[in-house]
Amino acid sequence: MELLLVFLIGALYASGVYLILRRSMVRLLLGIILLGNGTNILIFLLGTITKGKPPVMAANLEVFEDIYADPIPQALILTAIVISFGLTSFAIVLLKRVYALLGTDDLDTLNTPQEEDI
Amino acid sequence: MLFTILIGLITSCLLIPLGKYFRSPVSVALALLPVILFGYFVYHIPQVSSGETLYESTKWVPSLGINFDFRLDGLSLLFSLLITGIGSLIFVYASSYLKGHPYLDRFYGYLCLFMSAMLGVVLSDNILLLFIFWELTSISSFFLIGFNNDSAVSRKSALTALSMTGLGGFLLLAGMVLIGEMAGTYSIGELINASGVITEHPLYPLVLGLVLMGAFTKSAQFPFHFWLPGAMKAPTPVSAYLHSATMVKAGIFLMARFTPILGGTPLWSYTLLIVGGVTMLYAAVHSLFRTDLKGVLAYSTIAVLGVLTFLIGLGTEEAFIAAGTFIIAHALYKASLFLVTGVIDYQTGTRDITRLGGLRKVLFPVFVAGTLAALSSAGLPFSFGFIGKDLIYEATLTAGDPLRILLTVVAVIANICLVAAGFMAGIKPFAGALPTQFADVKMPSALVWIPPLILGLSGFALGCFPDLAGQYIVAPTVSALTVEPVEFTLKIWHGFNTVLLLSGITIIAGTVVYLFNKPAVSKIAFVERFNSYTPHYFFQKSWITFRRFSVWYTGFMHNGFLRSYLIKIIIFAEILLIYELVKGGPIYIDYGKLIPVSVHEGINVLILLGAIYLTVTTTSRLTAVVGTSIIGYAICLMFVFYSAPDLAITQFTIDTLTVVLFVFVLFNLPSFLVVAHGNRSIVIRDALVAGLFGILLSLTAIKVLQVPTVKDISEFYGKFAYSLAKGKNVVNIVLVDFRGFDTMFEIVVLSISAIGVYSLIKLRLKTSEKD
Repeated sequence: MELLLVFLIGALYASGVYLILRRSMVRLLLGIILLGNGTNILIFLLGTITKGKPPVMAANLEVFEDIYADPIPQALILTAIVISFGLTSFAIVLLKRVYALLGTDDLDTLNTPQEEDI
Repeated sequence: MLFTILIGLITSCLLIPLGKYFRSPVSVALALLPVILFGYFVYHIPQVSSGETLYESTKWVPSLGINFDFRLDGLSLLFSLLITGIGSLIFVYASSYLKGHPYLDRFYGYLCLFMSAMLGVVLSDNILLLFIFWELTSISSFFLIGFNNDSAVSRKSALTALSMTGLGGFLLLAGMVLIGEMAGTYSIGELINASGVITEHPLYPLVLGLVLMGAFTKSAQFPFHFWLPGAMKAPTPVSAYLHSATMVKAGIFLMARFTPILGGTPLWSYTLLIVGGVTMLYAAVHSLFRTDLKGVLAYSTIAVLGVLTFLIGLGTEEAFIAAGTFIIAHALYKASLFLVTGVIDYQTGTRDITRLGGLRKVLFPVFVAGTLAALSSAGLPFSFGFIGKDLIYEATLTAGDPLRILLTVVAVIANICLVAAGFMAGIKPFAGALPTQFADVKMPSALVWIPPLILGLSGFALGCFPDLAGQYIVAPTVSALTVEPVEFTLKIWHGFNTVLLLSGITIIAGTVVYLFNKPAVSKIAFVERFNSYTPHYFFQKSWITFRRFSVWYTGFMHNGFLRSYLIKIIIFAEILLIYELVKGGPIYIDYGKLIPVSVHEGINVLILLGAIYLTVTTTSRLTAVVGTSIIGYAICLMFVFYSAPDLAITQFTIDTLTVVLFVFVLFNLPSFLVVAHGNRSIVIRDALVAGLFGILLSLTAIKVLQVPTVKDISEFYGKFAYSLAKGKNVVNIVLVDFRGFDTMFEIVVLSISAIGVYSLIKLRLKTSEKD
């Protein structure tokens, strides 16, 4: 299963990078979301993957008796998901605003490269 | 001693608010500042000449070894007296010379800054502190050269000077840091004791090269001399003060200062002898081809700086005595000649030697000052220049070097040219018939002719009583260089000997050269034919090439397209990753440790891959958003499979919210841009870059699997989740209890983001702002 995840990470990163290299702002944003997902899975892989043993104690226990999934990557990913939502939501609204002002989704029409004669 | 430096800096700052009161003739009052400082240093002469070195220390950055450590020994005293003494006269002179100039206050501000910086250089006992002041002198010199900022030539000269001295300063800093690393101290006093450690260090040649580059650029040694003639674009008082009497001698000072630290090796001696020798010959001959008075003086100054470098390179006690004496003599006569030139320029409107003549009839006191200076520069008996020149010959003749005859010949030739150059600048404009156009030239204010006269007269006063300077100033200077007390007496008359003969030859030959060398434009044209072989030309070329490269590089790296930046960053990251992966050893997979794949997991991954493909290739924005959300939900399912219920819930919620927001906000946007798909080669290139990045990350992930996980922290949390935090869901406990502060700040970040979102939605722009 890990190998499938490894492949998945590669696919997510590759598609993310491909999308952020596009001219469209929406694609740029989607690319960032995909990169974020790829990173989450990479972190998840850092802990040992465990099936069916969540890091939650049974109601009658005060310490674990069985093996359990690594809680640290989970805590990290949880934080990452929430923060990336903050980023995404702001970016989406910003996109909307840019479109309202300039009527375009094209990054190239946003920049004004200065062509000074140096 | 700190106060002597601070007082100038403070005055300089005070001139910002109070400058307007000093644009009038009141500005002459500012000369009180250098006069007071001069008095302070004169007061210390007896102490220092008795062999004492005064120290003063104030803490600044003790952790870095940089403190306001100052020392006043013979060498510092010699330079301090020159800086404040000549400074006083320059301050007086400038008040009249630049009378009514709209930026007079600014001028004095730079001048005070410069004086402080220069005093800092010569008084510092800490080489890093010395460096800071060193750079300050370069900067104030830049402002002073470019003082006439409406002239393009002026600005260009200022930049050339700054880039040359700045380059030197940069190398000097490197050299000083290396010295500090070798000896473990930045204090000059301690470095002198650690001299052996440095000269025997394998990096000694490098250190020497770096420090000397600093000194050579500052003191305009060949091949870095060309900035100095350019610097003559500055107002004449500046040329006299900075570019003749003091700042350019900072390089000489540096070499003298480092003589007991880096000196005494063959490498040191020969470098200085060769560079100094070439400089003095090259510049002395060049000075004869100039028709601009200031040009003549600039080249003869360079020649003198060459002589001084040469003398320090000789390294004998006689050479140091000669150098010390010659510094004083030169400062007196050259500053005087510059000031005389300034008066001539101011009164007649020209500095062209071929047009000037006969001015003695209208500018008599100036003529006296010029003649005195020229005679001292020629080294006539009873002038201080005479003593200086004698000592130079004595130094070259008594040098233990087998090449001493050659050295003497070089010195004689250079001096002959200097005599002629001195006459050209000091006597030529006053001799002969007065052209009619200058007949009604008026005498200037006393404030401008008294300073050169004082300088000229003091040259002769010291020439008549040379031991006054010898015993009180030169002797302590020399003992600062040799680090032991020295005894000698400067005399006017040495009896009939080789030195006297050489002196005579120099004066006669110099006079002959002067009489037969008629400066003419044709000669300049002749010299200019060789322009493409001069160092200046070479530096200009490399300057232009460098600038072209910079423009190209900036255009390439900083072209204003986001994706262009991104692709460079990603390619760079890929190179780093490849390097790390190659270095990190073989990549293998331990199949035994892997978890088998069940059918539903496999299907989930297939869905994921399909969604990714859909997101990347679709041309509809809505489809792309849907694709992304499928990816999110599939990942959410994966979290369910692999024992992460909290993650699954979060991912599910967030993904839903994102999609809702996306659709809610973006539904009325135009369809995807098709341009991006227009160019196939770009698509292929990006796909390759992206694919490689994906592969590299996959390989990295496999490497991650190879490394055994350290579970100490996880086990800690698992063990104490209930006993310490009374919770049974470890992930929750970690977030809200063990790492509660992190979560709190996360909430803050989200709130800020929420405020941003809210205000962007609510923001209503006026129609005018929409453009």
